[in-house]
Amino acid sequence: MANVAGIPVYKEIGATPAPATDTDSAPVVIVGAGPVGLAMALDLGRRGHAVTVLNRLDFVAHCSKAICFSKRSLDILDRLGAGDAVTDKGVVWNIGKVFWGGDDAPVYQFDMLPVKDQKRPGFVNIQQYYVEDYLLDEVSKLPNVEIRWGHAVEDVTPGPEGVTLDVTAGGQGYRLHAGWLIACDGSRSTVREKMGLDFEGRVFEDNFLIADIRMTHEMPPERWFWFDPPFNPGRSALMHRQPDDVWRLDFQLGWNIDREAAIRPENVEPFVRAMLGEGVAFEREWYSVYTFQCRRMARFVHGRVIFAGDSAHLVSPFGARGCNGGFADIDNLGWKLDLVLRGAADAALIETYNDEAIATADENILNSTRSTDFLTPKSTASRALRDAVLELAGEHAFARPFVNSGRLSTAVSYPTSLLSTPDAETWAGGVPPGSPVLDAPLEDGWLLDALGDDFVLISHGWDGTAPEGLMRLEVSGLAAERLALPEGGATLVRPDQYVAARWQHPTTEAIAAALSRARGALLKGDACLH
Amino acid sequence: MSALTLTPNLSGHDDLYQSLVALHEGLSEEDSLKVWAKLALLLANHIGDRRVIEAAIAAARPAA
Repeated sequence: MANVAGIPVYKEIGATPAPATDTDSAPVVIVGAGPVGLAMALDLGRRGHAVTVLNRLDFVAHCSKAICFSKRSLDILDRLGAGDAVTDKGVVWNIGKVFWGGDDAPVYQFDMLPVKDQKRPGFVNIQQYYVEDYLLDEVSKLPNVEIRWGHAVEDVTPGPEGVTLDVTAGGQGYRLHAGWLIACDGSRSTVREKMGLDFEGRVFEDNFLIADIRMTHEMPPERWFWFDPPFNPGRSALMHRQPDDVWRLDFQLGWNIDREAAIRPENVEPFVRAMLGEGVAFEREWYSVYTFQCRRMARFVHGRVIFAGDSAHLVSPFGARGCNGGFADIDNLGWKLDLVLRGAADAALIETYNDEAIATADENILNSTRSTDFLTPKSTASRALRDAVLELAGEHAFARPFVNSGRLSTAVSYPTSLLSTPDAETWAGGVPPGSPVLDAPLEDGWLLDALGDDFVLISHGWDGTAPEGLMRLEVSGLAAERLALPEGGATLVRPDQYVAARWQHPTTEAIAAALSRARGALLKGDACLH
Repeated sequence: MSALTLTPNLSGHDDLYQSLVALHEGLSEEDSLKVWAKLALLLANHIGDRRVIEAAIAAARPAA
């Protein structure tokens, strides 16, 4: 089934009628019901806010698109209630293997979950539409979240106290006044375009073919990557398993090609047969050609308009840093906007979303750019260097860590976050301020599951009094060990599971001060007056 | 002060020079480039100190 625009349909939903009056208002409007927009709606909705989501299409598209969901994303989805559905359906994997030429033995392999005894694996592969569907299931439980399907943003007029949107739905136009607007409308963001905002970066001159196919095939659940394989000489290829016997095959094509022709079945099938054998039986699931771009907006926060996900930053896919980067954004923004909407924090707190989400985007862009430079060397000398690494890696262990087929997404730390209270004591390891808590078994469950949606004080045998209203969680064993908490120590955790402060000898006053700082109290000059 | 040794630190300079020339005998320019790269990677790993290696990279870079 496909709609008029030729986009295949996974789930028909149907257009939401335009509002009865031609002006409408909402405290928070999210543009885009992709995975990032839906996760944002879910986060704010669970915190009790009225959220209106506008989506241009009136169905969920049947394209695999993002397929690799990182451990950090699964932790975020757990917090939002969708982690089990995604993990149960998905293909769990931790190991990546890199092959070179026709050799059957990998030149390099990596483990995305080096620290074991955590609830979630390094990665789960699952088609984007399933993730959207499971997020929709959770959103539908919240009467305070409304999704308007088939509502397209036509214009955006920002103001000091909010934003006015011109929206069309079913040929009818209306104006929507939003207190806050969150643009999760993807790489070709209408909101960004209508506001005339920049989107700077590099475009890499190479084309890659995605051939998602359906077939019965035996292979361990691992990420397999080839440099210069016999079935795509001089270029690269990737193979990844998805649920329902769907496989993602990715072939580097080169720059000067006919992109329209490249996705015709008669041109895709020779690649598949060369890789898997002439006799292989398969069906087409989704074919697509893409080029790499690494770019981001200079700022993600523009007054009352906030950008998250692909609308704000784009990377090459060889690191699974696109959708996972978007989930990191909404995870960072949700609790901050919640505090601001409830009047518990100044709007200056949103500026730390700008800082921290940009730190994440920059790390993702850096890694993605480096992987791309390894995958597609730009000069004779850089190709020689790349090939030298691959040749040495076959023989010598020392060269293997240089092999870069994509550094896959892991949680990004904010070592200079203004919300963190720097360590005042000397720590041997553990999780420092600005980094996410490392999961560990806790009684019958898991540490991260016990953290919830609010600030938490994790303590290990501390008998002091926590500031009023602060949730408290007592841990021992592996959980305390991973935080490097001595007997009597404590760690203050933000609602996004990032450490805000830690003490070997906490006091109620120090915890209260760190809590207040993590909520943005120091961000304004007059903070001491509050 | 740079952590990189820039005073003579070897003996048999002519022998070493000859080995480096011989390394490229019969190689195409492309293969020669790859051999240089391999040598750099082998030595970098052996040195094992990123500061020393970065100082060597800076010393090797043509003056702007």
